[in-house]
Amino acid sequence: MCLGIPGKILTIYEDHGTKMAEIDFGGVRREACVEVIPDAEPGDWTIIHAGFALNLLSESEALETLEMLKEMSELAEQEQPEPRE
Amino acid sequence: MKDPAFLEGYRDAELVKGILKQIHQRVTCHWSLMEICGGQTHAIMQSGLDQLLPDAIELVHGPGCPVCVTALELIDQALWIASQPNVILTSFGDMLRVPGSQGDLFSIRAAGGQVKVVYSPMDAVRIAREKPDQQVVFFAIGFETTAPANAMAVIQAEKLQLSNFSILPANVLVPPAMHAILSSPGNRIQGFLAAGHVCAVMGYWEYPSIAEKYQVPIVVTGFEPLDLLNGILKTVTLLEAGEVRVENAYPRAVTYEGNQAAQDLVKRVFEPVDRNWRGIGTIPKSGYGLQKQYRNFDAGQRFDIKELHTEESKICIAGQILQGRKTPSQCPAFGTQCTPYTPLGAPMVSSEGACAAYYRFRRKH
Repeated sequence: MCLGIPGKILTIYEDHGTKMAEIDFGGVRREACVEVIPDAEPGDWTIIHAGFALNLLSESEALETLEMLKEMSELAEQEQPEPRE
Repeated sequence: MKDPAFLEGYRDAELVKGILKQIHQRVTCHWSLMEICGGQTHAIMQSGLDQLLPDAIELVHGPGCPVCVTALELIDQALWIASQPNVILTSFGDMLRVPGSQGDLFSIRAAGGQVKVVYSPMDAVRIAREKPDQQVVFFAIGFETTAPANAMAVIQAEKLQLSNFSILPANVLVPPAMHAILSSPGNRIQGFLAAGHVCAVMGYWEYPSIAEKYQVPIVVTGFEPLDLLNGILKTVTLLEAGEVRVENAYPRAVTYEGNQAAQDLVKRVFEPVDRNWRGIGTIPKSGYGLQKQYRNFDAGQRFDIKELHTEESKICIAGQILQGRKTPSQCPAFGTQCTPYTPLGAPMVSSEGACAAYYRFRRKH
């Protein structure tokens, strides 16, 4: 139910007074309501749940977390070296 | 076309191995963590993380499956509404096979009732617009994640002056459920993985007081394998250090404050009400009912629903599973009398239910 799928905003438009967008989900295009992400622009990434954008996705935060995870992973390798054959 | 590197990276097998190693190195004793969200339960099983984590880490599956916790009386009301003439009941697909006291929405449809699956609550509004001679009811289940979409549907219907649209409000809220779990006698949860998409909407400002009150660390966690491991690593690190804090392991989607516009939208349409959770009981202020000015969109008021006699399955132990007291494989009906094709209880139906996850990914323990 709380499944949220990341998608890229292609176009933003109004439909009966509601802010909607065409979203690209890895090649599949679907319409979603973007009423609660007022700063969204085409090219931005968002998380869609039940045809509704929950929030913008931050690419810089995503990369920062990945970088931190890489460091943690490397640390694990150093702390406990693999036993030699 | 595949996802860009900043998303694809969260499924990197080498990194998964590295973080798993970190977790193995840090754990010195047994810890019980609860993932609230049923979507996370499925993600954990699908990627096999439960089998790669140290045995000392027990993942207890939480009640975060809206289909599973929707009260039987609400399901019976939906079944009653769907069987009325000139009514189209719209619902997320998961809800159709959930057993009510007598039958499910599929059986109502088989008997001639109009039951339509929608992808979004706004689709239900569109159906109401296209069929002005029919009453269209949307079964508004979901957690905080779904509440903005449900609220938007009501606002759209108001804007379009649709007198043939209503919702059956069934939204539930995570923080009151956490209170209920942590204050229940015999609680064994020592740390929480908070549901990432609930927090994308609501932020996590509600959690420090819960962490403080019950002395449990809470870590906002996403849904990809590395998101889940990051959440588990952070929680275990806090537990091992004896620290109680709220941390965010899903910052690409979640901020402390959450999405203010979404919260404003929800507040405009809904207000907190006491709600009965299937298998758990009534939790104070744990659901959303319609605000006074929107009550004309409440299907419960629009239809004259008679007192319905509710009756639970006598075999199903869904309540104990939803509270993390038992695992699905401890149920005598699991995989025999109860399968996703002939479910006795909601957790076997939903794509987020713990029983369905155990059945689908063949977990015996």
